Amino acid sequence: MKYLTEYRDADLVKKTAAEIARIQTRPWIIMEICGGQTHAIMRYGLDQILPPQIELVHGPGCPVCVTSLEIVDRALAIASFPDVIFTSFGDMLRVPGSTGDLFSVRATGGDIRVVYSPLDAVKIAQLYPHKQIVFFAIGFETTAPANAMSVLQAQALGLTNFSILASHVRVPPAISAILSSSDNRVQGFLAAGHVCTVMGYWEYISLAEYFSTPIVVTGFEPLDILNGILHTVRQLEQERCEVENAYPRAVTKEGNLPAQQVIRQVFQECDRNWRGIGTIPKSGWRLRPEYSQFDAENRFSVTDIQTIESPLCIAGKILQGIKKPFECSAFAGECTPENPLGATMVSSEGTCSAYYRYRIREINNG
Amino acid sequence: MCLGIPGKIIDIYEGYGLRMGKIDFEGVTREVCLAYVPEAKLGDYAIIHVGFALSLLSEAEAQETLAMLRQISDFEIEPSLPE
Amino acid sequence: MDDQTPSLQGAAQGATCPLPLPHNDRIVMGHGSGGKMTHDLIKNVILPAFKSTTPYLGDDGAVIYLPDLPTPPQRIVISTDSHVVTPLFFPGGDIGRLAVCGTVNDVAMMGATPLYMTAGFILEEGLEISILIQIARSMQSAAEEAGIRIVAGDTKVVQKGRADGLYINTAGFGVLYDMQEINGSCARPGDKIILSGTIGDHGIAVLSARGELGFAADIKSDVAPLNHLVGTMLSASRQIHVLRDPTRGGLATTLNEIAQQSQVSITINETAIPIHSAVQSACEMFGFDPLYIANEGKLIAFVSAIEANKILDAMHSTIYGKEAVIIGEVVNEKAPGRVLLRTSIGTHRVIDVLSGEMLPRIC
Repeated sequence: MKYLTEYRDADLVKKTAAEIARIQTRPWIIMEICGGQTHAIMRYGLDQILPPQIELVHGPGCPVCVTSLEIVDRALAIASFPDVIFTSFGDMLRVPGSTGDLFSVRATGGDIRVVYSPLDAVKIAQLYPHKQIVFFAIGFETTAPANAMSVLQAQALGLTNFSILASHVRVPPAISAILSSSDNRVQGFLAAGHVCTVMGYWEYISLAEYFSTPIVVTGFEPLDILNGILHTVRQLEQERCEVENAYPRAVTKEGNLPAQQVIRQVFQECDRNWRGIGTIPKSGWRLRPEYSQFDAENRFSVTDIQTIESPLCIAGKILQGIKKPFECSAFAGECTPENPLGATMVSSEGTCSAYYRYRIREINNG
Repeated sequence: MCLGIPGKIIDIYEGYGLRMGKIDFEGVTREVCLAYVPEAKLGDYAIIHVGFALSLLSEAEAQETLAMLRQISDFEIEPSLPE
Repeated sequence: MDDQTPSLQGAAQGATCPLPLPHNDRIVMGHGSGGKMTHDLIKNVILPAFKSTTPYLGDDGAVIYLPDLPTPPQRIVISTDSHVVTPLFFPGGDIGRLAVCGTVNDVAMMGATPLYMTAGFILEEGLEISILIQIARSMQSAAEEAGIRIVAGDTKVVQKGRADGLYINTAGFGVLYDMQEINGSCARPGDKIILSGTIGDHGIAVLSARGELGFAADIKSDVAPLNHLVGTMLSASRQIHVLRDPTRGGLATTLNEIAQQSQVSITINETAIPIHSAVQSACEMFGFDPLYIANEGKLIAFVSAIEANKILDAMHSTIYGKEAVIIGEVVNEKAPGRVLLRTSIGTHRVIDVLSGEMLPRIC
């Protein structure tokens, strides 16, 4: 496939890994905040090809993993109402709430449908005028333009039966929170390529300066990831802390201006609770008041949400790169992909799930 | 937030009041919203995420990245087997 | 009886038991009653589609005569399966073809020669009878291709809203002519693993036909009967230890099952696995892994290393084996039950079984 296969070239990948090894003189800890990058690292075993003194930690880059328990419980409650068709990206179906997940709501009669695009949810609303269609609008900045467009579409079509349960999160405040933490070990960041496709990378410049940490915009294919790491290690070795773009074929400094304009039109900043981590100020987006009729939290009165998080789950520490999954007492015991205690075991690129699927046998066999 | 793959724009039209397109992913085709890439033309490649084109791919930048990486010296590294 | 008095029989029919309408175009609950409507459905709709020449006796089971054979069969193989796919029709096949091929293949994967099968239908009230005819004819066509007969069956009807149109339950029957053991626990270190062709075709074809994800794909289901292919392979060599068709859960799940059953460790090469470009693209778009997607016309074989090329050559001369390749081997390692994939860049990762439903992701 054009623009994909070239970036999986085995020889180039090995050459780039060799170059990283050649220039590296000290151990470095680099974090990526992007579920897609975590997935690629696991899928291609990229940590096997890196010098052992480069440690990759996987940050809170999976929107599925960081969606707050309260919002998940709200989603489960709304999905249980009769006459609601609850639409969602596939990732969210197995995320555990306090008392089950969307699968279990479906098993008791809820109409839950997976959609690939938010516009498909709008189409469902047109097809079922007597039902209430709710779309679970989660995601980072990458997905915000699409989710925003679904609201504008619903408005343009005059739909009164469509609403979104919005829970957007933003990367720059998360980077700030991680680097500000007293436990922080991270020395360099790979910025999520497709987040930057939308937002550009100008927001990261002040972060890199303030925290003296290099941030490199990175893509998703093996060669892209190694290239991002190469740029980061070069900077670390040279004691530079700048923002560089290692994904220039899809990212510009200013980003996608029409998309940013629609995001600003539909959403406004808010504080957001990141599951396992806590509230990060101004790290989220919510619907603006002028779109409140499309806000599912307004439309559906859901009270008595009692959130119960598993006491065993240390997803928060894992998402901040402070602990690895096999350091969790429940990992691969009480907590498995079939019976996840926390979101990081659910999402296919949640760190715990990735470690389970790709590593557990290795750990078991010593 | 990140699953976006490149696809080729093979048709552009108005649909649902929006600029829409048909994208070819080499054996798979799908309708995609082009509202965020107003400069897109037939034959362009775009990154597609959840049914929306988020940016056009720059062939020049793509080639430059590959060329830069090809210039790196030829030093072999053997990946380690898991224990 | 004078003209003024209506016959009792007529009055009784008119008042309490009207003659049932001949429901010729859609299934109604009466078709499942076991009475005349059921019998008529079987006699006039299903049996003609199955080209049955045996008179319909209405017995509970079929008595069959084993064919005259030079060597008497030592053992029989029986399998059962249920088919609930939606939509009923998809590019490359339908639920009927799927039911026959799935049954034939279950038996063939034991190294047995499939001979007969049964077909139990669960029909949804409202199903168009023309669809039932089409499916039954498709089953007959698949049965003829496989060289087997559908000899017994059952028909039930459930209320509208259940059964997604129709479900089919089947049982397959085959014979094993000698004492050769072919099953999941027979893999040995050193065995080569052969895959008969591209993976993921069926799963993606059905997914695109369902329409929920809104994409069109240039791919057809690979649904096919593999018994002739197996016969060709067994004629070429006796050193075939395991045969299995990687259906639900895909290649990855099947390899894991065999690795567990045989308590061996397996390594496969990512670059050796043939994948159709449409399947690859669909997987990239939705975040699926082709290793976990269902196949309905492919098999994997664990064979002795020295016989592998001979078996491969024999497969290449058949319709359903012409793209067969060696994808890996059983290794002598200290990790029994583990399946390892050597990636295209030379690294390794563990391939686990499929956990739950595979869902499209945005991340």
